[in-house]
Amino acid sequence: MFDVITFRWDGEFALSILPQLLRAAVITLQATVVGFALAVVIGLAFALLRRGPRPVSWPVGFVVEFLRSTPLLVQLYVLYFLLPAYGIRFDAFTTGVIGLGLHYGAYLSEVYRAGIASVDEGQWEAATALNFGRAHIWRTIVLPQAVPPMVPAFGNYFIVMFKETPLLSAITVTELMQTAKIIGARSFNYVEPYTLVGLIFFLMSYPAALLVNRLEARLARNR
Amino acid sequence: MGFDLVPILLRGLDVTVRLTLTSAALAFVIAIVAGLGRLSPFAPIRFLAGAYVEVFRGTSVLVQMFWFFFALPLFGITLTPFVAGVAALALNIGAYGAEIVRGAIRSVPDGQIEASIALNMTPALRMRRVVLPQAFVLMLPPFGNLLIELLKATALVSLITIPDVTFQGVALQQTTGRTTEIFLWLLVLYFALAYPMTLAVRWVERRASAYRKA
Repeated sequence: MFDVITFRWDGEFALSILPQLLRAAVITLQATVVGFALAVVIGLAFALLRRGPRPVSWPVGFVVEFLRSTPLLVQLYVLYFLLPAYGIRFDAFTTGVIGLGLHYGAYLSEVYRAGIASVDEGQWEAATALNFGRAHIWRTIVLPQAVPPMVPAFGNYFIVMFKETPLLSAITVTELMQTAKIIGARSFNYVEPYTLVGLIFFLMSYPAALLVNRLEARLARNR
Repeated sequence: MGFDLVPILLRGLDVTVRLTLTSAALAFVIAIVAGLGRLSPFAPIRFLAGAYVEVFRGTSVLVQMFWFFFALPLFGITLTPFVAGVAALALNIGAYGAEIVRGAIRSVPDGQIEASIALNMTPALRMRRVVLPQAFVLMLPPFGNLLIELLKATALVSLITIPDVTFQGVALQQTTGRTTEIFLWLLVLYFALAYPMTLAVRWVERRASAYRKA
C-alpha cells in the first residue's frame, strides 16, 4: 500500500516559502480587520434602518435577505466585474474588503437586532420619561446595554470572516491563498504551500475561537 | 433581459443542486457519527472526533478543497473534481453539524436518561428511542441554516473546474462579455434557491419552539 501512497514533504522547500506566506498572512489579516470594521458599521446602519418606517425598512430588509442568501464569491465577482462597467474603479483589495463588509454587515445586522431587542422596554420608557432625546437614548442608554451581549457573536463572525478571506484570491488579491497558488504554479509543488496555508489558518483561528468561548462563558456567568 | 442565457445557467444550477444534495447527505452522516463520537465514553474516540471537528472548523473550506484537489494527487491519490468538491464540502459542513448534534444531545434533560436507565434500557435503545428523537427536533433549525450555508459554499467548486452555476456564469461572462445580465441572473438563481429554504427554516423554528413549550 505504501508504494502507492508515498508521503513526501520537503522541509527545506517549506521553510523557504514560509517568509513569503507569512507576509501574505499580513494581507489576510488586514483584509479581515478592515472588512470587519466595515461590517460593524454597515451592520449597525442596516439594523437601524430596518427599525425605520416601512418605505425604508422594507427595501433594506430585502437587501439584507438578498446579501445573506447569495454566495460571497458571486457577490465578489459582481463588485469586481460589474462596478468597473459603470465607471467605478477600485483595486482588488478594496473591492474584496467592500464585499466582505457588505456580506457580513448583513449577518451582523441580525446580531444588532437581537441585541437591541434584548434591551428592556422599561429602559426606553424611563429614558423617554426623563425627556432624553432619541439620539441621546441610543447613545447613552440602549447601545451600551445592547452591545456587551453581542460581543461573543461578533467574535464568532470575525473568525468566520477570517476563514472566508481566501475567496478574495478569486479576484486576484494576493492574500495567503493566492500566494500559495502562485508558489504552487511556479514550483509544481502544491503540498507544502497549501498545507502551510491550512496550518497558518488553524494556528490563528483556533486560539481565537477558544478566546471567544471563554469570553462567552464569562458573560454568561456575569448575568 | 438575457433570457437566452438561462438554459446554460440552468444546466449549471442542476450541478449546484446535485452537489448540495450529495454533500448534505454525506455531511449529515458525518455529523451524526462525529457528534456521537465527541460524547463517547472512550477517550480515544472523543479525541479523534474532537480533532476532526477542530481541524475542519479551524481552516477554511477553500483551503481544504484546494488541498484535496491539488495536494492529494502528489501523495498518489487523485480525486475527480466532483469527488474533491463533495469531500471538502461534506467534511467541512459535517464538522459544524457535529457540534449541532453534540449540543442537541446534551440538551436532552438528564431525567429522561435516568428514567430510561431505570427502565433497564440498553444504551443503544436509550439513544434510539429516547435521546435521538428529542434531540432531532432541536437539530432541525440549525441543520436547515447549515444547508443554506452549504448551498452558498458550493459556489467555491467553480474554482476547481466543476461546471456549477457560478462556473457557467463566469465562463459566459468571459465569452459574451454580457456582465450585468449574467451576474444578475446568477444572484437571482441563488436567491430563488436559498430564500425559500430560509423561510422553511423559520417555519420549522416556530414549530420547534411551540413543541418545546408544549
